[in-house]
Amino acid sequence: MAFASEHITSITVQATEFHDLARKHRVSGVPKTVASNGAEILGAYPEQQFVEELLGPVAPDAQS
Amino acid sequence: MALLSATDQQALREAFAGITRPVTIVFVTQTIGCETCDETRQILTEITDVTPQVTIEEVNLVLESERAASYGIDRAPGLAILAGEEKADTRIRMLGAPSGYDFMSLIDAILLVSGASPQRLSAETEARLAGVTDPLTVHVFVTPT
Repeated sequence: MAFASEHITSITVQATEFHDLARKHRVSGVPKTVASNGAEILGAYPEQQFVEELLGPVAPDAQS
Repeated sequence: MALLSATDQQALREAFAGITRPVTIVFVTQTIGCETCDETRQILTEITDVTPQVTIEEVNLVLESERAASYGIDRAPGLAILAGEEKADTRIRMLGAPSGYDFMSLIDAILLVSGASPQRLSAETEARLAGVTDPLTVHVFVTPT
């Protein structure tokens, strides 16, 4: 998604090497995705569900 | 001793045969206090050994702090992936040694930005991404196994 959008930066973090970052973001299991918009996703999800969790559901008027 | 077997090296070589744009990996490192920098350097060397289309630029986190900061990297080892002759920022970053399954994530990223493999996002996802107008940073926490 980072490659597809100029506004998105993706940072993969080895939790075992950077305990402070893992603690800061309350990483209790992996994979855990933490986004700057407040979204937090624990586990691996299919693409569509992941995108909805990350960006929020599509607004009703956008689905017409 | 190489990390990759001869079979894996050949598999990588074949995957990289489809590269149409060179890739530069900015490797942020530090001499002292980076336990996995040597391992990361070895992993990156395994990649550059099988293709001349990927080059590594080492940036010392302490001595070249501004350059590291320009990529938003304040830890070592840290990787920033740049694509093409123009070294365009792909906004793909990795913190920590790309070992275990993360090695495949790095390879997948290289194949994607180099043109060797297509973007696999759905049309729906691409449409959603087109609607993203504010900066969004996404941290994905992983472990090597």
